[in-house]
Formats: sequence, structure tokens, C-alpha cells
Amino acid sequence: MDVVELKTDVLVIGSGAAGMMAALEAAKDGASVILADRSLISRSGATIMAQMTVAVALGSQTPDHWEHHLADTLAAGRDLCDVSLSRLVCEEGPRDILQLDEWKVGWARNPDGSIRQAHAPGHDRPRCVYVDFLSTGPAVAKTLRTRVVRQKEVVRVGDLYVTDIVVRDGVATGAVGFSLADGRPVTVAAKAVVIATGGLTRLYQRNSASANMGGDGYALALRAGAALTDMEFVQFFPIGHLAPRLVGMDPIMWDPFRYKLGGRLLNAEMREFVNDYGNEEAGTYNVTRDRATFAILSEVKAGRGSPAGGAFLSFQHIPEDELRGAFGPVIDKLAANGIDLTQMPVEVAPIAHYHMGGVKVDAAMRSTVPGLFSAGEANGGSNGANRLSGNAITEAFVFGRTAGCSAAAFAREAGAAPAEVPPAALDLVRAETPKAGENHAGLIAELQALMAADVGPFRTEEGLARALAGIAALKARLGDLPPAAPGPYDMARLDWFDLRTMLLVAEVVTRSAIARKESRGAHQRDDFPAMDPAFVLHHTVRLEGDRLVLGRTPVEGRTIKEVA
Amino acid sequence: MRETATLIVRRGPGGADAPTSSYEVPYTPGQSVLDGLRFVRAHLDATLSVRHSCVNANTCKECMIIVDGKVDYACTARLEPREMVLEPLGNKAHLKDLVTEITPPDERLEHAAKSGVGKVVAEG
Repeated sequence: MDVVELKTDVLVIGSGAAGMMAALEAAKDGASVILADRSLISRSGATIMAQMTVAVALGSQTPDHWEHHLADTLAAGRDLCDVSLSRLVCEEGPRDILQLDEWKVGWARNPDGSIRQAHAPGHDRPRCVYVDFLSTGPAVAKTLRTRVVRQKEVVRVGDLYVTDIVVRDGVATGAVGFSLADGRPVTVAAKAVVIATGGLTRLYQRNSASANMGGDGYALALRAGAALTDMEFVQFFPIGHLAPRLVGMDPIMWDPFRYKLGGRLLNAEMREFVNDYGNEEAGTYNVTRDRATFAILSEVKAGRGSPAGGAFLSFQHIPEDELRGAFGPVIDKLAANGIDLTQMPVEVAPIAHYHMGGVKVDAAMRSTVPGLFSAGEANGGSNGANRLSGNAITEAFVFGRTAGCSAAAFAREAGAAPAEVPPAALDLVRAETPKAGENHAGLIAELQALMAADVGPFRTEEGLARALAGIAALKARLGDLPPAAPGPYDMARLDWFDLRTMLLVAEVVTRSAIARKESRGAHQRDDFPAMDPAFVLHHTVRLEGDRLVLGRTPVEGRTIKEVA
Repeated sequence: MRETATLIVRRGPGGADAPTSSYEVPYTPGQSVLDGLRFVRAHLDATLSVRHSCVNANTCKECMIIVDGKVDYACTARLEPREMVLEPLGNKAHLKDLVTEITPPDERLEHAAKSGVGKVVAEG
């Protein structure tokens, strides 16, 4: 079979907002760029699914300063944010939001023409810009894609599945993988590599992101020798749609309507309960995601959950014309799903939504491996133990742009031509074996069930140990080589590579969760229910041979005073 | 009695002559055709290829196929408790089963290989 050999200054893996920003910035700085994605460029990840809010201290709605945004970010992060990263997001966010405005993304406006900012949970004032209630992500993706298409130095390659980063003499020098369309092995020789593959929500049975987000970048970074950080912190979005079955809508769609209309969260007794858990919600919806998740799951555990195992979300107290005004055409989509909000509540439950942990980077987006950079949700540290709503797209912009700039600079210093990829790096993607004895799609479903049951928002020593054993058993069934031979769009073979990634990343999350013997933000331990000041630290993870090695690093600069 | 849906899936490009596979999947009202196909992959036959990224939100637009003769998204077309015939799009190059080449021409590997950043090396 032919091998396709590509060469570039900067390889960007992943084409959501972070990847596209990185590609644009690197090209602007004179680098040649390959923007690769395992699916369609600009459509495959979490960005296009973002519904509404993008947090930024523009001060166009009410006076604001990036320090206020930072204070809210650090408070939501429960003392665990890497302030150098959080600060970068808050301080430079306005620049990118205004850049996107110039690129005509279409941020919603006030009647006086100023950019409108909405008040989202966890923020001290209206700070979130948006395009439309449910279409901010598609608008952002389309705007960036238009810029990327116009940039001749960026070569876009869709349906390219990257299996490993190539590392020579301790420096990242490219990647290997295969073309999904025809199965051909692909090498990319690059002077610098940017990981922009998003998070790991696919590890969980119920998740709000795309099927491409199985932690690819974390596994790539680990196998390249880079450190990950804060991997125990998986954010669950409290009110993901649960029942009745709703198709054609993102399961996290209820959030903006709840801000706007004050949807009531009720238990099986049709009683509001969020304030029973130390919160003070009154009329508005302002409790952070970790606390709302805790409240809902505690009610379910106490036997007061809804029939499908969540809580009721009711808009029945709101007059029909007001509902119609707020929901617009969404009302008709809901009707097509048999949902009439004037007559019935829906059921909602926490759903895996975002990953706070990720590749350990400095403020220049350098990983611990020279030549390897990371951006967006793939990064760890900026959100501590819990991400403030609205920060994900902002960090994708800021981190993407920063990573593109750093990678282009690294490529310039790397000299004339990128190093050749050694042929042995392709052994795995070229492997030919008998057809699968296992159904790897089924094993992925087993892993998702196991992670949801024992490594979800509530954790115990016993459950985490059970998860580790389950992961080890699945690993034994995975085997060393992919099934069958390279071929066109072979999803059975793709499942094998995905499961390989997901098992490694699942083990990292589980081992990090075992090490954190306290409850903080998105990591809640039933056996250690309190926050423990001794755990104001980051867990790091590296791969040595086949062994995961956990470490600890201190949290630097936790207050604004310390960094100012 | 539990209701089921029967999915008759065309697995090649060749019109009526193409091989098909038939799968019986559990049916719950409100489910999508993609729900049925994902059940097939996890429980009955992982070799069945159908591409999708977003599963449910109808944002990735990758799961477009022909359902009972009409072009539709598998993620929004409703599963029904009867026989349903699923085919790949007829106007795109066929890759495997329900997957056709939907990547824009200038985002394909072939394009990159020819655009000066790469080359195709025949293996001896």
C-alpha cells in the first residue's frame, strides 16, 4: 500500500476554534501549516456544538475589567487554577472577541449598537457575548473556517486520523496516522506540533460533545512523553436533557432558556431543591455547575429523582406567549419531539460536558516536550477544579492564537527542513491481522458505562478500584494490534484505535481521582466529602514505558494580588 | 411484547445488486435511525460503517443517508417499528456501507499530496 508523506512547518491536530486560531496565527507569522482533523475541518469537535455564552470582560454591557473576570474564574476553580493560564484567558480574551467581531461573527447587539453581554452562572455581572441562543458555536466555526480557507499557507486535511506524535531525541518532529477515506498510512514531518483535539467526554455514556472527543490529544501527549495535569476533573453539565427522547437538538440546550426564563428545577415531589444543598438561588439561576450537579444527583440518590433518574425542569409557570417569544422556532422543534412546555416538565440530569484537566502547558502553550504545543480544552490548568461557564470558547481563541505564535517561532528556530519520519513509526497503522474476534464498538460502550457508574460526578475508593479493574480487563481484550487490514472507512478498525486511546485516558482519570482524597469542584468523593487544604495541588501524570507515573506540583499564585 | 425495527442496510454502491444486511433492533418511540444504527454497531455488527460526529445535535451534518428512498439525516429521521431501507447517498463516491466521500475536494489527502506539501510513495 502507498504511503502519503506530508511536510510542513507546523502541524495542527484538530480543527475546532483552538486549532483554527492556531493555524491562522502560525500562518500569519510566516509558517507553512497543515491543519488536520479526524473528521470534517471545522465541524468535528466541540466548538460547532457550543450553544451560547462566551465570557469576556468587554465592559460593553456594564463596566468590567479582566481582573473581575479572573476573580470569578479563580473562585469557580476552587483554588486550583494555574493563574498564569487563567490570567491569559481573561486579559487577552477581549482582543480575540473583538477580532472575531471584525471578522463578522455577528455578536448580538444592544439597540445602541454595543455588543450585548448576558449574565451567566458564576459571573458577578453580565459578561457573556453570544450570537444567538443556540447558534454561537456554528457562527464561530463558520467565521474561523472562512478565514482559514482564505489563508493560502494553511493546507487543510480532513479525515486524517493521527495515531502517534513522532519524537526524535526528545523533540516532537511530526506525526503518523492514516487516511480514513482509504486507509492509507500517512506521515507528517513537522518542525512543531500543536494538539487541539478537545476533551474526553466520550468516555462517558451520556455526554454533550461529539463522538470524536475520546481524549485523543491526551493519549498523543502521554505517548510522546508529555505531562498531563488535573486529569481527575471532569465537568458534568447539570441539566443535560434526559427524557423524553429529543432528537435534532443538543442535550445541553436548556441552559440559556433557564437563564432567560427562570426554569424551575424540581424533584419527584415537584419541589425546588437546589437551595437544600447550601445554595442561595432565588428567581435567577446562578449556582455553578459543580453545585447544581451535586444537588440533582443527591436528590436522585435520596430516592427523589424523576422517573428516568434525574430532575424535572419546568417552564409551566411561564405564559405561553412568553415561552414562544423566548424559544422562537425551538418550540416547533420541541413539538415535533412531543414536548409541550406549557403542559409538561422535561427530565434533565448531569451529562459529561467538558474536561478541566489536560496537557500541562506554560503560558506560551509549550508542553513539557520541546516542539509539542497544546491549545483549547486539550489544555489543563486554566480552569482548576471547575470551569466557569463561558470560558471554553474564550480559552480556545486565546490559547489557540498563543500556541500558533509559539509553534511558528519554534519552527523558525528549528532550521531548514523537518526531520524525516522513521518508517517503523508506521508499524501500527500498517498492521494486518485476522478479523476482530471482539466487537470493539461494544467494548467502547462497556467502558462508557463503567466510567459513568464509577468515575462520574460522585466517586468512592471502592468504585474507583472497580473501574480500574474494569479498564484492565478491557485492555486485555483490546490486544496489541488493530483488526483486519487498512481499508476505506473501516469503522471496526477505527474503533480499535479509539478504544486504545480511551482506555489509556480513562485509566489516567481514574488514577488521578484515586489520588485526590478530598472533594473539590467537579471531583466529589463520597468517602472524603470535605475540601482539604492539603490538596491545593495539581496531580500530574506521565507515561514511562507502559507505566503511568503520578506526580504532584504546587499551585502557583492563587489570588489576583499574588499575580498582579 | 417488545417492538422492534428492522433495518435493511445496503452495503455497497451497486444499486439494487449491492449486498444488504438486515438487523433487528429494539424500538422505543422518539428514537432516531442513528440510534438504531449505533445499537447495531455496539451489539450486532461492528463492521457496519456509518459516519457521524455529533450523535444527536444535527450540527456535524455527516450522517446524511437515504432512508426509505429519501435523503435524510440519520440523527433526525425517526426509527419506526417496521422494515426500513437504508442506503448510502447515490451522488457521492462510495467508501463503505453507508459512508460516502463528503469531504470537500480541497480538504482531501489527495489534494494535500498534490499541493506541494507532500508526495505519495509507492511501497515496494
